Amino acid sequence: MVKLGKFFKGLYVVLMGIFLYAPIFTLIVFSFNAGKSRAKWDGFSLKWYAALFQNQTILQALYNTIIIALVSSLIATLIGTMASIAMNRMKKLPRQVMMGITNIPMLNADIVTGISLMLLFIMMDFALGFTSVLLAHITFNIPYVILSVMPKLKQTDRHVFEAAQDLGATPISAFFKVVLPDIFPGILSGFLLAFTMSLDDFVITHFTKGAGVDTISTKVYTELRKGIKPEMYALSTLMFVTVLILLVFINRRRDRQNEAQKI
Amino acid sequence: MRKVRRVLAVLLILALAATCFSACGKKSSGDDQVVYVYNWGEYIDPDALDMFEEETGIRVIYDEYETNEIMFPKVQAGAVAYDVICPSDYMIAKMIEEDLLQPINFDNIPNVENIGSIYKEMSEEFDPGNKFSVPYCWGTVGILYNKTMVDGEITSWSAIFDEKYADNILMIDSVRDAMGVALKYLGYSLNSTHEGELEEAKNLLIEQYPLVQAYVVDQVRDKMINNEAALGVIYSGEAIYTARENEDLVYVVPDEGSNVWIDSWVIPKNAPNVENAEKFIDFMCRPEIALLNFDYITYSTPNVAAQELIEDEDIRTSKTAFPDDEILHRCEAFVYLGEEMDEIYNAKWEEVKSGQ
Amino acid sequence: MKNKKRHSLGQLLLAGPYTVWMVGFIVIPLFLIVYYGLTNKSGAFTWENITAITSAVNMKALWLSVELSVICTVVCLVLSYPLAMILANSKMKNSSLTAFLFILPMWMNALLRTLAWLTLLENNGVINTILTKIGLPTIHIINTPTAIVFGMVYNYIPFMILPIYNVLVKLDKNVINAARDLGANAVQTFLRVILPLSIPGIISGITMVFVPSLTTFAISDILGGSKILLLGNIIEQKFKTANNWHAGSGLSLVLMVFIIVTMVISSHYEKDGESANVW
Repeated sequence: MVKLGKFFKGLYVVLMGIFLYAPIFTLIVFSFNAGKSRAKWDGFSLKWYAALFQNQTILQALYNTIIIALVSSLIATLIGTMASIAMNRMKKLPRQVMMGITNIPMLNADIVTGISLMLLFIMMDFALGFTSVLLAHITFNIPYVILSVMPKLKQTDRHVFEAAQDLGATPISAFFKVVLPDIFPGILSGFLLAFTMSLDDFVITHFTKGAGVDTISTKVYTELRKGIKPEMYALSTLMFVTVLILLVFINRRRDRQNEAQKI
Repeated sequence: MRKVRRVLAVLLILALAATCFSACGKKSSGDDQVVYVYNWGEYIDPDALDMFEEETGIRVIYDEYETNEIMFPKVQAGAVAYDVICPSDYMIAKMIEEDLLQPINFDNIPNVENIGSIYKEMSEEFDPGNKFSVPYCWGTVGILYNKTMVDGEITSWSAIFDEKYADNILMIDSVRDAMGVALKYLGYSLNSTHEGELEEAKNLLIEQYPLVQAYVVDQVRDKMINNEAALGVIYSGEAIYTARENEDLVYVVPDEGSNVWIDSWVIPKNAPNVENAEKFIDFMCRPEIALLNFDYITYSTPNVAAQELIEDEDIRTSKTAFPDDEILHRCEAFVYLGEEMDEIYNAKWEEVKSGQ
Repeated sequence: MKNKKRHSLGQLLLAGPYTVWMVGFIVIPLFLIVYYGLTNKSGAFTWENITAITSAVNMKALWLSVELSVICTVVCLVLSYPLAMILANSKMKNSSLTAFLFILPMWMNALLRTLAWLTLLENNGVINTILTKIGLPTIHIINTPTAIVFGMVYNYIPFMILPIYNVLVKLDKNVINAARDLGANAVQTFLRVILPLSIPGIISGITMVFVPSLTTFAISDILGGSKILLLGNIIEQKFKTANNWHAGSGLSLVLMVFIIVTMVISSHYEKDGESANVW
């Protein structure tokens, strides 16, 4: 009975895994397809990988995607962490107002956020382009940082910060020596969440982008119509494999460390 | 601390990847010479752009749109200032009327002489005096069908309204084209402004809705090649490409007549780099470049010098690529109908699409 | 006194940048939507853009959006809960790695993954080709609402798995053991102990799935063959093709009201903000 239950549990996990990975597997298979077609197999070939590194537009889109994700999540982390520290010390009402507004981009539909920012840029006569996309990404990234840092700040003991100052530390060094290490995991998870969200965003970029500025997502959306260039499959495969290897590698190291700690 | 190290590892690799790609991803940008081009999707050979950049040192910043209706608001809003755009006939008329275009100085575009005079005549309809536009591609709208999936030869629009082909029809997802097809089938002008005729066309399209497998523009190409549908409404330019990939596909301009269209280069009024725009248009009018583009995008070129350079005789004499007078006689060009009429068309099309 | 002044200066420096940002990029843009939504092309006040939602076309799109996103949310919940439970209880050494494997697909471009489903589900797609080869009847769901729900579930299910998993994994095993010791059977323990304790995770999962599926336009575009218009598609078209910002903003406002109502209802149940934490 127990065994049967275990079997079904295992089966369920595997089936869900298949559901989630079937399209990824499809993309990987088609990245090795000699033909251009999305539906028929014309034999094995690596030519799309070679073509990928010749394709300036895709590389440029990849570059834009990574730079926008990196820069926007860094700036968002800085602004968001500062704001969190300030908000933590505020009285209840202003804090609640600020948290309320912070929640808007998180809870609102992407399409509304994107449109509202587009209207802003056009009203301000601000040319749509790389910078407008970057500003938009910072905007929707900050809330992720704040929502990750705030709980950690609440957990830290205020008195420790004050005690450090009583013992002669300046507020700044007290912050770096006492508070920062405590909230660092929160900052980090906020940064990574922001990075992931920025990397995967399509809708907001779609509305705030200008001429010739494409991220991977918007590039795919344009190409969807005419048929995706197989180079795109090759790129996704490479990105996916990189993340996968990274993950396995990190986990291995962690296990080893765990074992070392046990001894 | 473990978590920290793990994250640092991720960041390090990402940073490495970013610098690596920035090194090879970024084009050399020494000087500030640029030209902003806004064109239809997949409507130029990327090699032609590279050649232009190499020869002139002007960097091309290239952007794509799917329909005229998507392009127009972007240009009108002026949030992005383009130097060269490639709209279709009726849209050019609209842009002229909205005062969005500037007259082209043809002294700087000597290669314009390669464009056949018949196409300049055709352009008169939407650009009187040929002041604002240089023809780039032209063609017709028709039916692409799969020989193995239909009964006999298709010669009439009736096929795409035939229940026999339910769920096997790909309809075009573009207001004027779709309404135009319906109007032509009903025997009216595709520039109709008559409320009763438009209503009739709308009702016909609503009746067609359950039969349609998907409303598409560019995707029709892949779907037809993959035998996903028996019939599709398509631009003639795609027909050469699709026939190359799947030999069962046949293109036909139905007997009731259809639309003949021209897409032309124009320079918007707010173009920041007019000189570069002129250089770009001139470059595209060179016979070798026009031929290169024709081979790549397979849309008929109005460049007669390039037409003569086509090596494959089947294509040079193909009625699909270069329809004869008999076919052209049946066809009609779109005319800009004014903003009010645009809204009526849009509202009717919206009703169709929602399957009311 | 001096110290206090210093304190407030520091406070200003810390809160300042975000306050400016918040007002400039969150508050003002929202007011722009309200402004466009309540005016017509000549700038005069009107309710027209808001009441446009009652037109047959828009009502149908709104209703379909709500219907499909509710179905999608329910399907996600039903599929995720058992999975999250299995993962949270698994004695596998690497249970966090296993959980991560269900997040990993998110690192591949969402549009590409959705497109891959098109390749798989098409009438002559990969799945049907295989079905035909082994002599089974083929499936025809592409370009139907079913396909859209399928795509939504696929895209948003990680947002449901994660928060539930996060809650379940933190669940104090002693509470469960105590319930068992007190004589509750497995079903009772689940219904009376585990389920109530995991409500915050469920609620945040529901909001994180419901909102994006209510407002999507890309998934319905790709898997619905542009034949099925959701509210997101209509709004997108108003901006991108019909060039009517006022009508688009009006509909966006209606959409926002819908989301706010959902939020208010869900925040009623959600005690502490248990958001999905990928890391």
